[in-house]
Amino acid sequence: MDLQSKAPAGDIETRWSRHKFNMKLVNPANRHKYNVIVVGTGLAGGALAATLGEQGYNVKAFCYQDSPRRAHSIAAQGGINSAKNYPNDGDSVFRLFYDTVKGGDFRARESNVYRLAEVSVNIIDQCVSQGVPFAREYGGLLANRSFGGAQVSRTFYARGQTGQQLLLGAYQSLSKQIDAGTVEMFPRTEMLELIKVDGKARGIVTRNMVSGEIESHLADVVVLCTGGYGNVFFLSTNAMGCNATATWRAHRHGALFANPCYTQIHPTCIPVSGENQSKLTLMSESLRNDGRVWVPKKKEDIQKSPADIPEEDRYYYLERIYPSFGNLVPRDIASRRAKEMCDQGLGVGPEVDGERRGVYLDFGDAVQRLGKKAVEERYGNLFEMYERITGEDPYTTPMRIYPATHYTMGGLWVDYNLESTISGLFVGGEANFSDHGANRLGASALMQGLSDGYFVLPATVANYLATAEKVEIDQSHPEVQAAVQSVRDRMEKLLSINGERSVDSFHRELGKIIWGYCGMARTKEGLETAIEKVKALRAEFWKNVRVLGGSEELNVSLEKAGRVADFLELGELMCRDALMRSESCGGHFREESQTEEGEAKRDDENYQFVGAWEWQGEEQEQVLHKEALEFEYVKPSQRSYK
Amino acid sequence: MSTINLVLHVWRQTGSDDKGSFETYQAKDVSEHSSFLEMLDQVNETLVADGTMPIAFDHDCREGICGSCGMVINGTPHGPQKATTTCQLHMRQFKDGDEVWIEPWRANAFPVVRDLVVDRGSFDRIIGAGGFVTARTGSAQDANALPIAKGIADQAMDAAACIGCGACVAACPNASAMLFTAAKAGHLNLLPQGQPEKESRTRNMVAQMEAEGFGHCTNHYECMDACPKGIDVEFIAKLNRDFVAATVTARAPLNTRAK
Repeated sequence: MDLQSKAPAGDIETRWSRHKFNMKLVNPANRHKYNVIVVGTGLAGGALAATLGEQGYNVKAFCYQDSPRRAHSIAAQGGINSAKNYPNDGDSVFRLFYDTVKGGDFRARESNVYRLAEVSVNIIDQCVSQGVPFAREYGGLLANRSFGGAQVSRTFYARGQTGQQLLLGAYQSLSKQIDAGTVEMFPRTEMLELIKVDGKARGIVTRNMVSGEIESHLADVVVLCTGGYGNVFFLSTNAMGCNATATWRAHRHGALFANPCYTQIHPTCIPVSGENQSKLTLMSESLRNDGRVWVPKKKEDIQKSPADIPEEDRYYYLERIYPSFGNLVPRDIASRRAKEMCDQGLGVGPEVDGERRGVYLDFGDAVQRLGKKAVEERYGNLFEMYERITGEDPYTTPMRIYPATHYTMGGLWVDYNLESTISGLFVGGEANFSDHGANRLGASALMQGLSDGYFVLPATVANYLATAEKVEIDQSHPEVQAAVQSVRDRMEKLLSINGERSVDSFHRELGKIIWGYCGMARTKEGLETAIEKVKALRAEFWKNVRVLGGSEELNVSLEKAGRVADFLELGELMCRDALMRSESCGGHFREESQTEEGEAKRDDENYQFVGAWEWQGEEQEQVLHKEALEFEYVKPSQRSYK
Repeated sequence: MSTINLVLHVWRQTGSDDKGSFETYQAKDVSEHSSFLEMLDQVNETLVADGTMPIAFDHDCREGICGSCGMVINGTPHGPQKATTTCQLHMRQFKDGDEVWIEPWRANAFPVVRDLVVDRGSFDRIIGAGGFVTARTGSAQDANALPIAKGIADQAMDAAACIGCGACVAACPNASAMLFTAAKAGHLNLLPQGQPEKESRTRNMVAQMEAEGFGHCTNHYECMDACPKGIDVEFIAKLNRDFVAATVTARAPLNTRAK
């Protein structure tokens, strides 16, 4: 398969505007004749459904939550990047583009990243016009803060709940369209299969999670904005319901899955406290603006109260190793260094499974320098959250943090139009692989979700509708019937196994395998072991899982079982991809490939490509396709944050 | 690490047609570091092992921001800890041997779907009636062309912090949705972007709230006490003022919106 990015050539600054002009449009009077399916209502899906509905298309939107307002974009805390350069500190579209390509360790497509930086400016305007209450200065203008991987202040924020406020903006616009009848909303509805007719995406099969009813929905185009696959790890900062079923079903129909091994481990999460833990909680990266990361210098101090460890016995390792970026190095680096400190036996906090996995994030200096009130204004809600979870007061005792799975840069392969390798199937937001390369910078996920949803997909989906031949099909089409039947069969199978182990126990075990072998550090032997372990676990799952109840009712175990079954396939592919890529880049760290200082060492000669995998059938090894990456504007170099 | 044992009385109801009743379960060896929902996960694992359907409850982010979770714990929405969602409530708030009564939100406008899961679609319809600023994608001016006084922006943010969980309704003796509606209308009515639609927004949201079957506000302020985000009842006063103003100046009769 020849992967065509369809990115325009020529001057990068005008690529998107030239491309937009060259795309076809749909006459406003004809738009209502086109049916569009949008799966997922986070920033990308919510913004897209609202925008297309308002433009006059017939939109059906789906989410598994009880309301579109609850999609997991809501949990993003810190902020959204934009190249507005309001602080006049040297930012520009080009600098945001440059920082993002470099931050992604030169594994993203330049054209896509430049467009993202360009559109970032419009996003802030759009959100403010919707009434998103961004933080402001006393003069009434918008405030900015700094984030990791950048030396300018380009992050806009709304206290510690930027994701919620941006999502509410999109959700309110979406609600208006639902009320107006241009968008039909299906909450508590899960997509379980893609319907493909004559090689094109023509619809989806869904399950109503309350009644259990299986339905098919047909359309002229299908867009998946269903988020990432971080829950493969079981313990992650993702919401409990986040899953990869929509993208994985599409993958099984021929949509290539790109870079599955690129996962982001976020450095500032609350450490694991025990065996029954269900999720990990992230503390916004913005905390690293004022918090200082340290561990005790001496092993004998790790059990001491931090207050009893004098300044000279504290090792501020990020400030020491990276003097120019200090505590604000990119996420992959901060995470790996925290792991390294704990591997050396310098970790703090309670022992779990015989290990102390935690480092201090200390606000003592900030409270002294700025006063408690100023610190409270910046981080008050985060401090409260930390105290509720741990029972400790971060104003007086340093926070304990440890990295946790947070975001997945990999996803379905898409071209410049965000169209997958299945014609008529578009993918937006975290679900696609497109913009972040091997590592995403902080405050860039919200930017990408809204860029795709408000600005990119409305143009490219319209172009598809205007150029594709319109063929009517109905529910009686054999492909539709077959897709519905396959969903019913799979559900019956899950319910009929009636084994000994709960769905969660399989999920937990899968998470431990992937975290252990395909987490922050990976080796050839480890990955080979993991592949065998995942295969064995998958085989056991299909013989020994226990799902109670029936399919025609609200059945939480059945929902989870389907998702975990897909994670058990995707988890293996993540390991295969990590095994194939025997270089280190961004969040993908192969121990065999590191510099003398322990940084990720890329191998541009052999691995400067996107690795996109093609499904070959159950229990068959997938086939790798490569999209070569070219860098005309940002020349690949060893990333340095020193 | 210290663990505790609890006796749970959990509301079980198979669907909206079922009458429902409390069932008693034992929660054993619960870590004080577990969250309330992790404690329920643990109980569900034992139920599944015994062949009993697990307790259904809404939850998603488990970070206190998505607003999915919510149950009445010993008579209090979201349980004993102030300004805390159920998912953020941790078991160190309970003692060994405690009996805990767990119920769904109870309100006519929130029908029970199963066990502790209720249908809060009425909230979405209130937003659809007017809880938005009409801002066509791509037509916005530069964001800094509209300065907004910090005090106003902060106040709008206080209102916008509502996560739409519905605890205010569950806490209210009248099952009123005034705090929710007031927070949502207040956020936009305070901002300059919200002015052009302020009157229609206020009237339509209130009309939809009434059409959904929520009760009237009689100033008990239980809502504010239960709100995990600390939304202040001052926004109810503001909504009442905006509503009076909108009604007095209205040129068209109030449309009662169908559910």
